[in-house]
Amino acid sequence: MVTIRKKEPAEGCTPGVPCACNQAKVEPRTLGQISAPWSDGVLSTAVGDVPRARTELRCSDRLGTLKARSAIGRMHYSILPGLYAVGNPTAESPVVVTANYKLSFDHLRKALTGRNAWVLVLDTKGINVWCAAGKGTFGTEELVRRVQVAGLDRIVSHRKLILPQLGAPGVAAHTVRHQCGFRVVYGPVRAKDLPAFLDAGLKAEPAMRAVRFALKDRAVLIPVEVVMGAKYVLLTAAALLLFSGLNAHGYALERVRTTGIQSAALVLSAFLGGAILGPLLLPLLPGRAFSLKGAILGLLLFAVLMLSGMATTLTAHPLLHTACWALVMPTISSFTVMNFTGTSTFTSLSGVLREMRFALPLQIGAAALGLGLWVTGLFLSGGPVL
Amino acid sequence: MRYLEDVITLEFDAAKCNGCGLCVLVCPHAVFAMAEKRAALVDRGACMECGACSKNCEPGAIQVRSGVGCAAGVLVGWLTGSEPTCDCAGNSSSCC
Repeated sequence: MVTIRKKEPAEGCTPGVPCACNQAKVEPRTLGQISAPWSDGVLSTAVGDVPRARTELRCSDRLGTLKARSAIGRMHYSILPGLYAVGNPTAESPVVVTANYKLSFDHLRKALTGRNAWVLVLDTKGINVWCAAGKGTFGTEELVRRVQVAGLDRIVSHRKLILPQLGAPGVAAHTVRHQCGFRVVYGPVRAKDLPAFLDAGLKAEPAMRAVRFALKDRAVLIPVEVVMGAKYVLLTAAALLLFSGLNAHGYALERVRTTGIQSAALVLSAFLGGAILGPLLLPLLPGRAFSLKGAILGLLLFAVLMLSGMATTLTAHPLLHTACWALVMPTISSFTVMNFTGTSTFTSLSGVLREMRFALPLQIGAAALGLGLWVTGLFLSGGPVL
Repeated sequence: MRYLEDVITLEFDAAKCNGCGLCVLVCPHAVFAMAEKRAALVDRGACMECGACSKNCEPGAIQVRSGVGCAAGVLVGWLTGSEPTCDCAGNSSSCC
Protein backbone atom coordinates (compact mmCIF):
# COMPACT_ATOMS: atom_id res chain seq x y z
CA MET A 1 0.00 0.00 0.00
CA VAL A 2 1.36 3.35 -0.99
CA THR A 3 0.48 6.44 0.97
CA ILE A 4 1.42 10.02 0.34
CA ARG A 5 2.74 12.46 2.88
CA LYS A 6 2.89 16.06 1.86
CA LYS A 7 6.09 17.95 2.31
CA GLU A 8 5.96 20.73 4.89
CA PRO A 9 6.26 24.10 3.17
CA ALA A 10 9.68 25.65 3.54
CA GLU A 11 10.03 28.75 5.65
CA GLY A 12 8.84 31.82 3.83
CA CYS A 13 6.83 29.87 1.28
CA THR A 14 3.07 29.75 1.03
CA PRO A 15 1.63 26.32 0.22
CA GLY A 16 0.53 26.19 -3.39
CA VAL A 17 2.51 29.26 -4.36
CA PRO A 18 5.88 28.70 -6.05
CA CYS A 19 8.78 29.96 -3.97
CA ALA A 20 10.83 32.82 -5.30
CA CYS A 21 14.04 31.72 -6.99
CA ASN A 22 16.25 33.24 -4.33
CA GLN A 23 14.55 31.24 -1.59
CA ALA A 24 14.96 27.91 -3.30
CA LYS A 25 18.26 26.55 -2.13
CA VAL A 26 18.99 22.92 -2.85
CA GLU A 27 20.36 21.25 0.24
CA PRO A 28 21.94 17.81 0.53
CA ARG A 29 19.18 15.47 1.59
CA THR A 30 18.46 11.90 2.35
CA LEU A 31 15.42 9.79 1.57
CA GLY A 32 12.47 10.97 3.62
CA GLN A 33 14.15 14.25 4.48
CA ILE A 34 13.52 16.36 1.47
CA SER A 35 14.31 19.97 0.90
CA ALA A 36 14.84 20.03 -2.86
CA PRO A 37 12.47 22.57 -4.40
CA TRP A 38 11.26 20.09 -7.00
CA SER A 39 10.08 17.53 -4.46
CA ASP A 40 6.56 17.54 -3.03
CA GLY A 41 6.53 14.82 -0.40
CA VAL A 42 7.27 11.14 -0.07
CA LEU A 43 5.52 7.87 -0.86
CA SER A 44 5.70 5.16 1.78
CA THR A 45 6.46 1.86 0.12
CA ALA A 46 7.26 -1.68 1.24
CA VAL A 47 10.94 -0.76 1.28
CA GLY A 48 10.68 2.69 2.83
CA ASP A 49 10.02 6.27 1.83
CA VAL A 50 10.47 7.28 -1.79
CA PRO A 51 10.68 11.01 -2.58
CA ARG A 52 8.16 12.29 -5.05
CA ALA A 53 9.25 14.69 -7.79
CA ARG A 54 7.04 17.44 -9.16
CA THR A 55 6.55 17.39 -12.89
CA GLU A 56 6.13 21.13 -13.40
CA LEU A 57 9.34 23.13 -13.62
CA ARG A 58 9.49 26.19 -11.40
CA CYS A 59 11.52 29.35 -11.69
CA SER A 60 14.22 27.90 -9.43
CA ASP A 61 14.52 24.93 -11.81
CA ARG A 62 14.80 27.23 -14.80
CA LEU A 63 17.39 29.42 -13.11
CA GLY A 64 19.44 26.29 -12.42
CA THR A 65 19.07 25.26 -16.06
CA LEU A 66 20.32 28.63 -17.26
CA LYS A 67 23.35 28.36 -14.98
CA ALA A 68 24.04 24.79 -16.02
CA ARG A 69 23.76 25.77 -19.70
CA SER A 70 26.21 28.60 -19.16
CA ALA A 71 28.69 26.35 -17.36
CA ILE A 72 28.33 28.33 -14.14
CA GLY A 73 28.86 25.78 -11.39
CA ARG A 74 27.17 23.26 -13.64
CA MET A 75 28.56 20.35 -11.65
CA HIS A 76 26.62 21.48 -8.59
CA TYR A 77 23.33 20.56 -10.23
CA SER A 78 23.35 16.87 -9.59
CA ILE A 79 20.43 14.88 -8.18
CA LEU A 80 20.84 12.46 -5.30
CA PRO A 81 20.84 8.98 -6.90
CA GLY A 82 18.10 6.52 -5.99
CA LEU A 83 14.44 5.85 -6.59
CA TYR A 84 11.88 8.61 -7.04
CA ALA A 85 8.18 8.66 -7.71
CA VAL A 86 6.24 10.74 -10.20
CA GLY A 87 2.50 11.00 -9.64
CA ASN A 88 1.09 8.06 -7.70
CA PRO A 89 2.86 5.00 -9.06
CA THR A 90 1.76 1.47 -8.21
CA ALA A 91 3.40 -1.94 -8.52
CA GLU A 92 2.43 -1.98 -12.21
CA SER A 93 3.80 1.47 -13.04
CA PRO A 94 6.75 1.73 -15.40
CA VAL A 95 10.28 2.25 -14.11
CA VAL A 96 12.24 4.86 -16.03
CA VAL A 97 15.99 5.14 -15.54
CA THR A 98 18.02 8.33 -15.89
CA ALA A 99 21.28 10.01 -14.86
CA ASN A 100 21.70 12.27 -11.84
CA TYR A 101 22.33 15.25 -14.10
CA LYS A 102 19.94 18.08 -13.49
CA LEU A 103 18.94 18.64 -17.10
CA SER A 104 18.35 14.90 -17.70
CA PHE A 105 16.23 14.63 -14.56
CA ASP A 106 14.29 17.81 -15.33
CA HIS A 107 13.54 16.72 -18.90
CA LEU A 108 12.35 13.37 -17.65
CA ARG A 109 10.03 14.56 -14.87
CA LYS A 110 8.56 17.21 -17.15
CA ALA A 111 7.92 14.56 -19.81
CA LEU A 112 6.11 12.43 -17.21
CA THR A 113 3.54 15.12 -16.39
CA GLY A 114 0.21 13.50 -15.60
CA ARG A 115 1.75 10.03 -15.46
CA ASN A 116 2.45 7.64 -12.64
CA ALA A 117 5.94 6.23 -12.81
CA TRP A 118 9.02 5.31 -10.87
CA VAL A 119 12.24 7.08 -11.74
CA LEU A 120 15.51 5.35 -10.93
CA VAL A 121 18.36 7.87 -10.86
CA LEU A 122 21.83 6.40 -11.39
CA ASP A 123 24.94 7.99 -9.93
CA THR A 124 26.71 9.37 -12.99
CA LYS A 125 28.56 12.05 -10.98
CA GLY A 126 26.24 14.71 -12.33
CA ILE A 127 26.95 13.87 -15.97
CA ASN A 128 24.28 13.52 -18.67
CA VAL A 129 23.16 10.09 -19.87
CA TRP A 130 25.06 9.92 -23.17
CA CYS A 131 28.41 11.15 -21.86
CA ALA A 132 28.07 9.01 -18.74
CA ALA A 133 27.24 5.96 -20.86
CA GLY A 134 30.35 6.64 -22.93
CA LYS A 135 32.41 6.70 -19.75
CA GLY A 136 30.62 3.67 -18.32
CA THR A 137 29.25 5.43 -15.24
CA PHE A 138 25.76 5.12 -16.68
CA GLY A 139 26.53 1.44 -16.92
CA THR A 140 25.52 -2.13 -16.28
CA GLU A 141 27.15 -2.32 -12.85
CA GLU A 142 25.64 0.91 -11.52
CA LEU A 143 22.20 0.00 -12.90
CA VAL A 144 22.19 -3.44 -11.29
CA ARG A 145 23.40 -1.97 -8.01
CA ARG A 146 20.73 0.76 -7.97
CA VAL A 147 18.00 -1.76 -8.74
CA GLN A 148 19.16 -3.83 -5.79
CA VAL A 149 19.71 -0.90 -3.39
CA ALA A 150 16.24 0.47 -4.16
CA GLY A 151 14.67 -2.95 -3.56
CA LEU A 152 12.92 -2.50 -6.87
CA ASP A 153 11.86 -6.15 -7.06
CA ARG A 154 9.71 -5.55 -3.96
CA ILE A 155 8.21 -2.30 -5.24
CA VAL A 156 7.12 -3.31 -8.73
CA SER A 157 5.50 -6.53 -9.89
CA HIS A 158 6.89 -6.39 -13.43
CA ARG A 159 10.55 -6.81 -14.41
CA LYS A 160 11.12 -4.07 -16.95
CA LEU A 161 13.42 -1.07 -16.87
CA ILE A 162 12.95 1.67 -19.44
CA LEU A 163 16.32 3.20 -20.29
CA PRO A 164 17.05 6.19 -22.47
CA GLN A 165 18.39 4.89 -25.78
CA LEU A 166 21.54 6.94 -25.34
CA GLY A 167 22.34 4.93 -22.21
CA ALA A 168 23.04 1.93 -24.43
CA PRO A 169 26.79 2.58 -24.92
CA GLY A 170 27.23 1.89 -21.20
CA VAL A 171 24.66 -0.81 -20.53
CA ALA A 172 24.67 -4.43 -21.70
CA ALA A 173 20.98 -5.34 -21.59
CA HIS A 174 21.63 -9.09 -21.49
CA THR A 175 24.04 -8.74 -18.54
CA VAL A 176 21.48 -6.70 -16.58
CA ARG A 177 18.89 -9.45 -17.16
CA HIS A 178 21.30 -12.15 -16.01
CA GLN A 179 22.40 -10.24 -12.92
CA CYS A 180 19.18 -8.81 -11.51
CA GLY A 181 16.37 -10.35 -13.50
CA PHE A 182 15.17 -7.06 -14.96
CA ARG A 183 14.76 -6.69 -18.70
CA VAL A 184 16.14 -3.51 -20.24
CA VAL A 185 13.86 -1.80 -22.74
CA TYR A 186 15.50 1.03 -24.63
CA GLY A 187 13.19 4.01 -24.89
CA PRO A 188 13.44 7.01 -27.17
CA VAL A 189 16.45 9.31 -27.41
CA ARG A 190 14.51 12.31 -26.10
CA ALA A 191 12.51 12.34 -22.88
CA LYS A 192 9.71 14.28 -24.52
CA ASP A 193 8.92 11.27 -26.72
CA LEU A 194 8.46 9.09 -23.64
CA PRO A 195 4.66 9.54 -23.36
CA ALA A 196 4.21 8.42 -26.99
CA PHE A 197 6.58 5.51 -26.38
CA LEU A 198 4.62 4.42 -23.26
CA ASP A 199 1.28 4.79 -25.05
CA ALA A 200 2.51 2.74 -28.02
CA GLY A 201 3.29 -0.20 -25.74
CA LEU A 202 7.01 0.57 -25.40
CA LYS A 203 7.60 1.01 -29.12
CA ALA A 204 9.58 3.92 -30.53
CA GLU A 205 9.16 5.31 -34.03
CA PRO A 206 12.43 5.41 -36.01
CA ALA A 207 12.41 9.22 -35.71
CA MET A 208 12.47 8.86 -31.91
CA ARG A 209 15.61 6.73 -32.19
CA ALA A 210 17.63 9.16 -34.30
CA VAL A 211 19.93 11.73 -32.77
CA ARG A 212 19.40 15.09 -34.35
CA PHE A 213 21.76 18.01 -34.45
CA ALA A 214 19.51 20.72 -35.78
CA LEU A 215 20.16 24.45 -35.53
CA LYS A 216 18.35 24.64 -32.19
CA ASP A 217 20.32 21.68 -30.76
CA ARG A 218 23.55 23.35 -31.76
CA ALA A 219 22.52 26.82 -30.63
CA VAL A 220 21.90 25.80 -27.00
CA LEU A 221 25.49 24.55 -26.79
CA ILE A 222 26.99 27.93 -27.68
CA PRO A 223 27.08 29.45 -24.16
CA VAL A 224 29.09 26.50 -22.83
CA GLU A 225 31.50 26.74 -25.80
CA VAL A 226 32.01 30.44 -25.17
CA VAL A 227 32.44 30.16 -21.40
CA MET A 228 34.77 27.14 -21.64
CA GLY A 229 37.18 28.78 -24.09
CA ALA A 230 36.86 32.34 -22.80
CA LYS A 231 39.51 32.12 -20.10
CA TYR A 232 42.22 30.97 -22.52
CA VAL A 233 41.29 33.54 -25.12
CA LEU A 234 41.06 36.38 -22.62
CA LEU A 235 44.47 35.41 -21.29
CA THR A 236 45.88 35.43 -24.82
CA ALA A 237 44.26 38.78 -25.56
CA ALA A 238 45.62 40.22 -22.32
CA ALA A 239 49.11 38.94 -23.13
CA LEU A 240 48.97 40.58 -26.59
CA LEU A 241 47.84 43.83 -24.99
CA LEU A 242 50.70 43.72 -22.52
CA PHE A 243 53.43 42.79 -24.99
CA SER A 244 52.24 45.11 -27.76
CA GLY A 245 54.00 47.99 -26.00
CA LEU A 246 57.41 46.38 -26.50
CA ASN A 247 59.61 47.68 -29.25
CA ALA A 248 63.28 48.04 -30.15
CA HIS A 249 63.54 51.17 -27.99
CA GLY A 250 61.77 49.97 -24.89
CA TYR A 251 58.06 50.16 -24.13
CA ALA A 252 55.52 52.44 -25.79
CA LEU A 253 52.10 52.81 -24.17
CA GLU A 254 50.74 54.28 -27.38
CA ARG A 255 51.31 50.88 -29.03
CA VAL A 256 49.06 49.24 -26.45
CA ARG A 257 46.23 51.58 -27.43
CA THR A 258 46.69 50.86 -31.11
CA THR A 259 48.36 47.55 -31.93
CA GLY A 260 47.44 45.97 -28.60
CA ILE A 261 43.74 46.71 -28.66
CA GLN A 262 43.44 45.73 -32.30
CA SER A 263 45.31 42.46 -31.77
CA ALA A 264 43.19 41.57 -28.75
CA ALA A 265 40.04 42.38 -30.71
CA LEU A 266 41.09 40.18 -33.65
CA VAL A 267 41.86 37.25 -31.35
CA LEU A 268 38.50 37.64 -29.64
CA SER A 269 36.70 37.90 -33.00
CA ALA A 270 38.33 34.72 -34.25
CA PHE A 271 37.35 32.88 -31.07
CA LEU A 272 33.79 34.19 -30.92
CA GLY A 273 33.40 33.47 -34.63
CA GLY A 274 34.44 29.87 -34.03
CA ALA A 275 32.40 29.41 -30.86
CA ILE A 276 29.21 31.12 -32.06
CA LEU A 277 29.14 31.00 -35.86
CA GLY A 278 30.90 27.61 -35.98
CA PRO A 279 28.05 25.67 -34.34
CA LEU A 280 25.37 27.75 -36.10
CA LEU A 281 26.84 27.39 -39.60
CA LEU A 282 28.27 23.88 -39.12
CA PRO A 283 26.43 22.15 -42.00
CA LEU A 284 27.09 25.07 -44.36
CA LEU A 285 30.84 25.22 -43.80
CA PRO A 286 32.72 23.16 -46.39
CA GLY A 287 34.61 19.99 -45.54
CA ARG A 288 33.97 17.19 -43.09
CA ALA A 289 36.77 17.85 -40.63
CA PHE A 290 35.69 20.40 -38.01
CA SER A 291 39.17 21.95 -38.04
CA LEU A 292 38.82 22.66 -41.76
CA LYS A 293 35.34 24.14 -41.26
CA GLY A 294 36.78 26.35 -38.52
CA ALA A 295 39.77 27.43 -40.58
CA ILE A 296 37.52 28.47 -43.47
CA LEU A 297 35.29 30.36 -41.07
CA GLY A 298 38.33 32.13 -39.60
CA LEU A 299 39.58 33.09 -43.07
CA LEU A 300 36.16 34.47 -43.98
CA LEU A 301 36.07 36.49 -40.77
CA PHE A 302 39.55 37.79 -41.47
CA ALA A 303 38.57 38.74 -45.02
CA VAL A 304 35.46 40.55 -43.81
CA LEU A 305 37.41 42.48 -41.18
CA MET A 306 40.15 43.36 -43.68
CA LEU A 307 37.73 44.45 -46.39
CA SER A 308 35.68 46.49 -43.95
CA GLY A 309 38.84 48.25 -42.86
CA MET A 310 38.55 47.15 -39.25
CA ALA A 311 41.75 45.15 -39.37
CA THR A 312 43.87 47.53 -41.42
CA THR A 313 43.58 51.01 -40.00
CA LEU A 314 46.64 50.82 -37.78
CA THR A 315 48.91 49.04 -40.19
CA ALA A 316 52.36 50.32 -41.00
CA HIS A 317 53.50 47.01 -42.47
CA PRO A 318 50.50 45.80 -44.45
CA LEU A 319 52.06 42.58 -45.73
CA LEU A 320 53.32 41.50 -42.35
CA HIS A 321 50.02 42.40 -40.75
CA THR A 322 47.99 40.56 -43.38
CA ALA A 323 50.17 37.45 -43.20
CA CYS A 324 50.08 37.42 -39.41
CA TRP A 325 46.31 37.61 -39.00
CA ALA A 326 45.60 35.46 -42.06
CA LEU A 327 47.44 32.74 -40.12
CA VAL A 328 46.31 33.46 -36.57
CA MET A 329 42.59 34.06 -37.06
CA PRO A 330 41.88 30.82 -38.99
CA THR A 331 44.01 28.92 -36.47
CA ILE A 332 41.99 30.16 -33.50
CA SER A 333 38.68 29.48 -35.26
CA SER A 334 39.93 26.10 -36.44
CA PHE A 335 40.88 25.00 -32.93
CA THR A 336 37.66 26.36 -31.46
CA VAL A 337 35.43 24.58 -33.97
CA MET A 338 37.52 21.39 -33.70
CA ASN A 339 36.69 21.39 -30.00
CA PHE A 340 33.02 21.32 -30.94
CA THR A 341 33.52 17.68 -32.00
CA GLY A 342 33.08 16.86 -28.31
CA THR A 343 29.60 18.29 -28.19
CA SER A 344 28.51 17.23 -31.65
CA THR A 345 26.41 14.12 -32.02
CA PHE A 346 28.02 12.40 -34.98
CA THR A 347 31.80 12.48 -34.68
CA SER A 348 33.72 9.25 -34.09
CA LEU A 349 36.87 8.74 -32.06
CA SER A 350 38.73 7.35 -35.08
CA GLY A 351 37.68 10.37 -37.12
CA VAL A 352 38.76 12.86 -34.46
CA LEU A 353 42.10 11.07 -34.10
CA ARG A 354 42.63 11.22 -37.87
CA GLU A 355 41.59 14.85 -37.99
CA MET A 356 43.79 15.92 -35.09
CA ARG A 357 46.86 14.18 -36.47
CA PHE A 358 46.87 16.50 -39.46
CA ALA A 359 45.16 19.55 -37.95
CA LEU A 360 47.07 19.98 -34.72
CA PRO A 361 50.57 20.26 -36.28
CA LEU A 362 49.19 22.74 -38.82
CA GLN A 363 47.47 24.74 -36.09
CA ILE A 364 50.59 24.81 -33.93
CA GLY A 365 52.77 25.74 -36.93
CA ALA A 366 50.44 28.49 -38.11
CA ALA A 367 50.05 29.92 -34.62
CA ALA A 368 53.81 29.94 -34.06
CA LEU A 369 54.48 31.53 -37.43
CA GLY A 370 51.75 34.11 -36.91
CA LEU A 371 53.06 34.98 -33.46
CA GLY A 372 56.57 35.25 -34.89
CA LEU A 373 55.35 37.74 -37.49
CA TRP A 374 53.51 39.69 -34.82
CA VAL A 375 56.62 39.97 -32.65
CA THR A 376 58.71 40.86 -35.71
CA GLY A 377 56.28 43.67 -36.42
CA LEU A 378 56.76 45.04 -32.92
CA PHE A 379 60.50 45.28 -33.27
CA LEU A 380 60.62 46.69 -36.78
CA SER A 381 61.44 50.33 -36.63
CA GLY A 382 58.92 52.93 -37.54
CA GLY A 383 55.56 54.02 -36.29
CA PRO A 384 52.70 51.92 -35.03
CA VAL A 385 52.86 48.50 -36.62
CA LEU A 386 50.51 45.58 -37.03
CA MET B 1 25.81 16.08 -41.50
CA ARG B 2 28.41 13.35 -41.81
CA TYR B 3 31.89 13.03 -40.41
CA LEU B 4 35.05 11.31 -41.72
CA GLU B 5 33.87 7.90 -42.90
CA ASP B 6 36.85 5.87 -44.07
CA VAL B 7 38.33 5.46 -40.60
CA ILE B 8 35.46 3.70 -38.79
CA THR B 9 36.53 0.62 -36.81
CA LEU B 10 33.09 -1.04 -36.78
CA GLU B 11 33.10 -4.72 -37.79
CA PHE B 12 30.05 -6.95 -38.04
CA ASP B 13 30.09 -10.72 -38.27
CA ALA B 14 26.70 -11.65 -39.72
CA ALA B 15 27.29 -15.34 -39.03
CA LYS B 16 27.19 -14.71 -35.28
CA CYS B 17 24.01 -12.57 -35.39
CA ASN B 18 21.01 -14.05 -33.58
CA GLY B 19 18.58 -11.52 -35.00
CA CYS B 20 17.63 -9.91 -31.68
CA GLY B 21 17.56 -6.50 -33.35
CA LEU B 22 19.01 -4.57 -30.42
CA CYS B 23 21.76 -3.06 -32.58
CA VAL B 24 19.08 -1.55 -34.81
CA LEU B 25 17.25 -0.14 -31.77
CA VAL B 26 20.20 1.40 -29.97
CA CYS B 27 22.06 2.95 -32.90
CA PRO B 28 21.45 6.70 -33.05
CA HIS B 29 22.51 6.89 -36.70
CA ALA B 30 20.71 3.91 -38.27
CA VAL B 31 23.95 2.10 -39.12
CA PHE B 32 22.16 -1.25 -38.87
CA ALA B 33 18.85 -2.45 -40.28
CA MET B 34 17.01 -5.76 -40.08
CA ALA B 35 17.07 -7.89 -43.22
CA GLU B 36 15.64 -11.39 -43.31
CA LYS B 37 15.60 -11.75 -39.52
CA ARG B 38 19.22 -10.76 -39.20
CA ALA B 39 20.97 -7.47 -38.73
CA ALA B 40 22.71 -5.91 -41.70
CA LEU B 41 25.34 -3.21 -41.76
CA VAL B 42 23.70 -0.64 -44.02
CA ASP B 43 25.53 2.62 -43.34
CA ARG B 44 28.95 1.99 -41.85
CA GLY B 45 30.15 5.50 -42.61
CA ALA B 46 27.50 7.03 -40.33
CA CYS B 47 28.93 5.18 -37.32
CA MET B 48 30.16 7.41 -34.50
CA GLU B 49 31.76 4.52 -32.60
CA CYS B 50 29.66 5.02 -29.48
CA GLY B 51 29.73 1.27 -28.91
CA ALA B 52 26.03 0.88 -28.04
CA CYS B 53 25.54 -1.88 -30.61
CA SER B 54 28.51 -4.01 -29.62
CA LYS B 55 27.80 -3.55 -25.91
CA ASN B 56 24.29 -4.88 -26.39
CA CYS B 57 25.12 -7.68 -28.82
CA GLU B 58 24.85 -10.83 -26.72
CA PRO B 59 26.41 -13.19 -29.32
CA GLY B 60 29.32 -10.79 -29.80
CA ALA B 61 28.79 -10.24 -33.52
CA ILE B 62 29.82 -6.60 -33.41
CA GLN B 63 33.26 -5.21 -32.67
CA VAL B 64 34.12 -1.54 -32.56
CA ARG B 65 36.80 0.51 -30.92
CA SER B 66 34.40 2.70 -29.01
CA GLY B 67 35.20 6.07 -27.55
CA VAL B 68 34.22 9.70 -27.48
CA GLY B 69 34.74 11.68 -30.66
CA CYS B 70 35.97 14.65 -28.71
CA ALA B 71 39.05 16.67 -29.62
CA ALA B 72 39.53 17.94 -26.07
CA GLY B 73 39.36 14.37 -24.81
CA VAL B 74 41.93 13.19 -27.35
CA LEU B 75 44.20 16.09 -26.42
CA VAL B 76 43.93 15.27 -22.72
CA GLY B 77 44.70 11.64 -23.59
CA TRP B 78 47.79 12.64 -25.56
CA LEU B 79 49.03 15.03 -22.88
CA THR B 80 48.56 12.57 -20.03
CA GLY B 81 49.58 9.49 -22.00
CA SER B 82 46.24 7.82 -21.31
CA GLU B 83 43.29 6.73 -23.42
CA PRO B 84 41.27 9.55 -25.00
CA THR B 85 38.81 10.59 -22.35
CA CYS B 86 36.08 13.11 -21.95
CA ASP B 87 37.08 14.54 -18.61
CA CYS B 88 33.65 14.69 -17.08
CA ALA B 89 34.44 13.56 -13.55
CA GLY B 90 34.91 15.47 -10.35
CA ASN B 91 34.80 19.22 -10.26
CA SER B 92 36.06 19.66 -13.76
CA SER B 93 33.85 21.89 -15.79
CA SER B 94 35.03 20.59 -19.14
CA CYS B 95 32.49 18.18 -20.41
CA CYS B 96 30.42 17.39 -23.40
